[in-house]
Amino acid sequence: MTHDHDDGHDHDNHMDPMTARVRALETLLSDKGLIDPAAIDAIVDTYQNKIGPRNGARVVARAWSEPDFCEWLKRDATAAIASMGFYGRQGEHMKAVFNTPQEHNLVVCTLCSCYPWSVLGLPPVWYKSPPYRSRAVMEPRSVLAEFGAHLPEDVRIRVWDSTAELRYLVVPMRPEGTDGLTQEQLADLVTRDSMIGTAFAEAPR
Amino acid sequence: MNGPHDLGGRMGFGPVAPEQDEPVFHAAWEKRALGVTMCAGALGHWTLDESRHARESLHPADYYASSYYEIWIKALEKLLTRHDCITREELVTGRAQGVAHRDILTADRVPAVLGAGGPCDRPVATDPVFAVGQPVRMRNLNPHGHTRIPGYTKGRRGVIEAVAGGFVFPDANAHGKGEQPQWLYTVAFTGEELWGEGAEAGLSVSVDAWESYLELA
Repeated sequence: MTHDHDDGHDHDNHMDPMTARVRALETLLSDKGLIDPAAIDAIVDTYQNKIGPRNGARVVARAWSEPDFCEWLKRDATAAIASMGFYGRQGEHMKAVFNTPQEHNLVVCTLCSCYPWSVLGLPPVWYKSPPYRSRAVMEPRSVLAEFGAHLPEDVRIRVWDSTAELRYLVVPMRPEGTDGLTQEQLADLVTRDSMIGTAFAEAPR
Repeated sequence: MNGPHDLGGRMGFGPVAPEQDEPVFHAAWEKRALGVTMCAGALGHWTLDESRHARESLHPADYYASSYYEIWIKALEKLLTRHDCITREELVTGRAQGVAHRDILTADRVPAVLGAGGPCDRPVATDPVFAVGQPVRMRNLNPHGHTRIPGYTKGRRGVIEAVAGGFVFPDANAHGKGEQPQWLYTVAFTGEELWGEGAEAGLSVSVDAWESYLELA
């Protein structure tokens, strides 16, 4: 975005309140020498273009394909995920939880919006909002239904409330009919929501 | 604190309403809000725990009326003035009085800083008090300061499922009292224990709880 205000036109009168408030704060901190606007650009670029759910999808696809990696992911998710180059802010302490035919996992942070940034990127708005945070721990089955994910009655649900610095990655069940797919092809089936637990991995087309 | 952020089991917020093909940011100002918050945090004046507490300390009416990045910015303004990075007058007028000369997060260092993260595991001198499989109860603590005990677990019986390691204690670290690391446990509760009659069948919920949150059950 541009920061050029010298076009003889007062944009401030047309800005919505949050645009004006954040711009004023950024300008003040920059003028005081406390922040570098170019660092903001670099942070935004990182989370818009470089770190996102494709990271997690590759971890899941590898766990589906390589039993040794899957075991490592169960035992020490932080190290196993870091070995693929995915580490860093909000991914320092990882735990992978595995869906089975008997149990489905769902991740929430009821107290704020803790989320495994290093493998999923920034959280979606619904994950940070009161409806999901309030209901996921009490009525996960009806929350899942709102996502179109209908669990059989006999499947247990395990909800992980991220109250500390552990960050959870759900490893969804591998879909039927995916024998012989490459890890790249498998990763295409692993959606962001399936790694939060509000969806299943997609069936191959 | 028993603040507006402690949402588990609250009612009346409506459906979840996931958005199809949701963009990473919904407005240009959200990008700047994320970056400003992270750059200011990199000055090192406050911890992540203190910033969480600044957010949950917004007035409940303000908290619920604000989007997440709005909450971040309102909390950031509090943190910046509390730690004398800027004055109230500067915040109100938007005009800088003087320039600070500090080691700040520059663009070239962003990949390294984000890549390094901020690990919170720490050695703890004592042995863990609780063991896997042990029944425990979440203590009914109601501190006015920061805590990570979700209200819906207070007084409830669960089982130690894992000893997760030693971790910085947020209740102390949020208030400038140092890290005071403690053992952290993953504690699992049944749906019936948490929600009583009418709980969804086959539900269990776990939280990660510091040792001082727990007692033997």
